[in-house]
Amino acid sequence: MAQDSGTRTLISQSQLSRGRGRVIYWTLLVVVVAGFTLVFLGPLYWMVTGALKSGQEIAQTPPSLFPKDPQPQNYIDAWNNLALAKLLFNTFYYAIGAVLFQLVFDTAAAYSLSKLRPIFGNVILALMLGTLMIPAMVLIVPQYVTVIDLPIVHINLLDSPFAIWLPLVANAFNIFLLKRFFDSIPEELMAAALMDGATSLRTLWSIILPLSRPILGVVSIFAVTAVWKDFLWPKLVMPSPETRTVSVGIYAFAGGTPMNVVIAASVIAAIPTVIIFLIFQRNIMSGLTTGSIKG
Amino acid sequence: MAITTVPETPRKPGRPPSPYSARPQRTSLGRKVRDNLTGHAFLIGAVLCFVVFSWYPMVRGIIMSFQRTRRGETTWVGWDNYSRIIADPSFWTAWQNTFYFTVLALALGYVVPFFVAILLNEFRHAKGYLRILVYLPVMLPPASALFLFKFYAYDPSEAGLFNAILKALHLPTSQWMQSPEMTMPAMVLASTWMNMGGAVLIYLASLQNIPGELYEAAELDGAGIWRRIVHVTIPQTRLILALLAMLQIVATMQLFIEPLILANGAGAEDSATSVAYLIYQHGFFQNDLNGAAALGVIMLVVLAGFSAVYVRLTAKQD
Repeated sequence: MAQDSGTRTLISQSQLSRGRGRVIYWTLLVVVVAGFTLVFLGPLYWMVTGALKSGQEIAQTPPSLFPKDPQPQNYIDAWNNLALAKLLFNTFYYAIGAVLFQLVFDTAAAYSLSKLRPIFGNVILALMLGTLMIPAMVLIVPQYVTVIDLPIVHINLLDSPFAIWLPLVANAFNIFLLKRFFDSIPEELMAAALMDGATSLRTLWSIILPLSRPILGVVSIFAVTAVWKDFLWPKLVMPSPETRTVSVGIYAFAGGTPMNVVIAASVIAAIPTVIIFLIFQRNIMSGLTTGSIKG
Repeated sequence: MAITTVPETPRKPGRPPSPYSARPQRTSLGRKVRDNLTGHAFLIGAVLCFVVFSWYPMVRGIIMSFQRTRRGETTWVGWDNYSRIIADPSFWTAWQNTFYFTVLALALGYVVPFFVAILLNEFRHAKGYLRILVYLPVMLPPASALFLFKFYAYDPSEAGLFNAILKALHLPTSQWMQSPEMTMPAMVLASTWMNMGGAVLIYLASLQNIPGELYEAAELDGAGIWRRIVHVTIPQTRLILALLAMLQIVATMQLFIEPLILANGAGAEDSATSVAYLIYQHGFFQNDLNGAAALGVIMLVVLAGFSAVYVRLTAKQD
């Protein structure tokens, strides 16, 4: 972690490693590490331990730093009273489906746009990217009206997981990420496969996809976290208690549940994404920055 | 139109390249589709999803805003939905609140991540740890994080986390979400905490692309740290700075879950009502989907105005 490559930044390396500069550098580093830990981990600590306090302890002044008499019962109540197992299962199910749908349809579309040159390919790509400029809130009403009565086939998708999966396929950011990655795969590989008589599908499966594992991982992680974090759309299209996602479920119960139990449920709901982040943080961070334009 | 999309080089798989395919063809559309059947088959799933869930709703939103559906019967009503939605007493409050939030969020959530990134970029130690810390809140479900703020941090009694800290520092405590003046700053604070990680990482990546020689040269010319930031760092990252400003305006205009959870929707004296919340209210509580669609179109027009200004400003710089 120390000394990464020694490229020159705002302040020169020599200034930081000598005399006064060195003292200032180390003081600042300690202050920032301590401050950031307090600001970003502190609230999470407060959340996990606060949910262990009794109703009386949480209302006392000044608040206690450690729960005096830990009440794991709050977590058990949250798990049972809010049917968290069911809510977590639902969310997990929607997340896995979203990953599969996005991987299949968005990868195929990006492959086609990148390598197969369909007619109007550029126009289609431009129209897709254009949707990135339209805020979700603008579309929420017409999208809802469309989902409760699909055009032509007249199917109502309320409470069906497809109401979450299919709109997520229309994700221009993913298609853009995938297409850019496929663009960087040399044409010679494609030509070689063609010479060997491989079909487009075969080329995609045996050449492109194995090379694209990193970007497919990024797209999958983003799909899972997007479903896990989303709130308004699942709240609208999954109205029954049996089909709710975990965030919506906690919100629905928040009114009539003791606040420590709500916080305990919130902690449990946050655990999966935090674990995903800690495992895949490198992929997530690289995916985030490759998506942005180089400065 | 078709001419621009004809491939520059013959690359149709499964077919010997035709010597004429490089120039505009006069074949029919159906023929072209058949020529590259797999190419189009691969595209169809995603395109259908875009048509049904993105492009069509876009058009439908505009159409709906000029219609009224009552008991299953849809009629054209001209600008009625617009005048009704503008006459809503919350309309101007919602816009005021949303702009106020956008400005506060730009001041806090836009400037702070930039300087945090500059700071992190100077460190030779603990970089990975600090990056993880900053990004961690982004991974929490917003509902979870907001319940934490609502119940523990913004508790208006002295048992609340923030009030306890303020009291320990001998500063006046606050009513937080129960005070109309504090509602917006409190929402901006929670929102910035939850979202700033993404911006910090994007800035960090673009800071790493600045050639070191520029700083070297500036230093030789006697420029101090602050002048190096102003004359090297900011000009070198201005494309990303401009892009993120635009993205952040689009994001903050959609302020919704913060008022819903922290302020139970409207908040003290309507101080939390946002435009997005008003769309939700009209569409899904007052059974006025057409009015909500009209408000959505108004929001789109306002954002298009911002984008036009943005394009003007960034085009001038180049």
